[in-house]
Amino acid sequence: MYLAIFVVVATAISGTLVSNRLRFSLPKHIFVSVFEWFGELGIFCVRLFRSALAPPYEFRELLRQCDEIGSLSLPLIALAGAATGVVMSLQTRDSLVRFGAKSFLPAVIVFSLVKESGPVITGLMVSGRVGAGIGAQLGSMKVTEQIDAMEASAIDPFKFLVATRVLACTLMLPLLTLASDFCGILMGWVANTLAEAISLRLFLENGFKNMLFTDFIPPTVKTMVFGFIIGIVASFQGMRTQGGTEGVGRSATTSVVLSSLFVVLADVVLVRLIITVWG
Amino acid sequence: MGSEQHAAIVIQDLRKTFGNQKILNGISFQVAQGETVAVIGRSGGGKSVLLKLLVRLQTPDSGSIRVADKEMTKVDEKQLTEVRKKIGFLFQQAALYDSLTVEENVAFPLSRHSEMSAQEQEKRVRELLGEVGMDRDREKMPSQISGGMQKRVGLARALALDPEILLFDEPTAGLDPITSAEIGKLIVELKQKRQMSAVVVTHDVHGAKAYSDRMVLLQKGSIRAEGSFDELEHSKDEVVSQFFDYGLR
Repeated sequence: MYLAIFVVVATAISGTLVSNRLRFSLPKHIFVSVFEWFGELGIFCVRLFRSALAPPYEFRELLRQCDEIGSLSLPLIALAGAATGVVMSLQTRDSLVRFGAKSFLPAVIVFSLVKESGPVITGLMVSGRVGAGIGAQLGSMKVTEQIDAMEASAIDPFKFLVATRVLACTLMLPLLTLASDFCGILMGWVANTLAEAISLRLFLENGFKNMLFTDFIPPTVKTMVFGFIIGIVASFQGMRTQGGTEGVGRSATTSVVLSSLFVVLADVVLVRLIITVWG
Repeated sequence: MGSEQHAAIVIQDLRKTFGNQKILNGISFQVAQGETVAVIGRSGGGKSVLLKLLVRLQTPDSGSIRVADKEMTKVDEKQLTEVRKKIGFLFQQAALYDSLTVEENVAFPLSRHSEMSAQEQEKRVRELLGEVGMDRDREKMPSQISGGMQKRVGLARALALDPEILLFDEPTAGLDPITSAEIGKLIVELKQKRQMSAVVVTHDVHGAKAYSDRMVLLQKGSIRAEGSFDELEHSKDEVVSQFFDYGLR
């Protein structure tokens, strides 16, 4: 139910469906368009998998995309993670002091960063930076006939452009999440130690004392799903761009809106799944 | 039938619509081996769509397209790839990959479809860029060169795999008269040197006179006239004579 409402609202906000002419038949139009969108996305995914699995593989382009998506996103992700760690430390400290549970502060910071904040913030930041980039880049290539030129030269654009980007997003998200977690925990300690001095070693010992691999691995690995969503939605929006520079702008915007939305929705489903499987 | 077997391209009763708009309304013509056919006509007449149908960037509603002895409406992905390797396509805005240098643009099809070593590829790229007069701008990005230069690089890229057929979409559109003449001269030189079949979609009647063996005039999705430049120039058909009158002014 919530999923359906979210999808309809987000698609309408993203501006792909609403036109003045159709304002009066909007509900029906949105309903049909949402189904069309998912249908086209399904066909896009089938074509992508068919192209990606057949040799030859584009390893060089994959590495280039990993660099583009991974290392160039690192400063932003590190900064976002660090800011989250500081804010979490400042906000939680006050609450825990009131309840006489100040000693739990390291564990609260570590657990919340590793299990939820780190992965989700990384997902959303990457969907903003990389999603918009992929949507605009492929959109621009589409309207300037570069994708047609590639196809006419017997080069599969799904293999060269889409598969490499989707795979790079999927592979890079967990690594970026680790970087975000690391910076968050480190800056959480810095903020904590400025208020009340505590050694890094003691902070980490208290933070990780009760942490199990099942607390760490599934939330980190789930970001691969976020990466896949970001890559596929942004590539899809880019490859179906129409209408010149205005269309490119629209593709970039819808890539960010839709990939962010689906990352949040996927998080709800994945958290439920992780709790069901690992407790 | 015999002539069809020796034709590089055979189009029969080709139809294409977008929504309610009929773009191509049952057109048929052939391009013989080594022949250059200019497809002329007013904007929106379906000329560029015709070129895209020839390499199956779009699919027709009905009709038949035989390119290099393969029925393009029926080939599978593998066969399509093989046919496309035999076709060079120069797009209207050149469509150079903007993240690659001039040199990398030309090398791109070679790196994927040829067995050449890196050194052989480099040599081949230099030859091709030399052929179109762009060998001094190898390291530049597409955004750093003019529209005419982009067309030249696009042509070098289209020639990279030594195609049997060349397709030109408005090769002189948006260029000044001197650059247009230079591109036209380049097409004539290529025609003499390589003996390839070519389809040139253009508004430029002067240019088409120089490089085409035959002309096809498209009007509202149908072939209005077909023949040599002289035949069309002296046609008594009002539409044809009007097009040539304006085109040759």
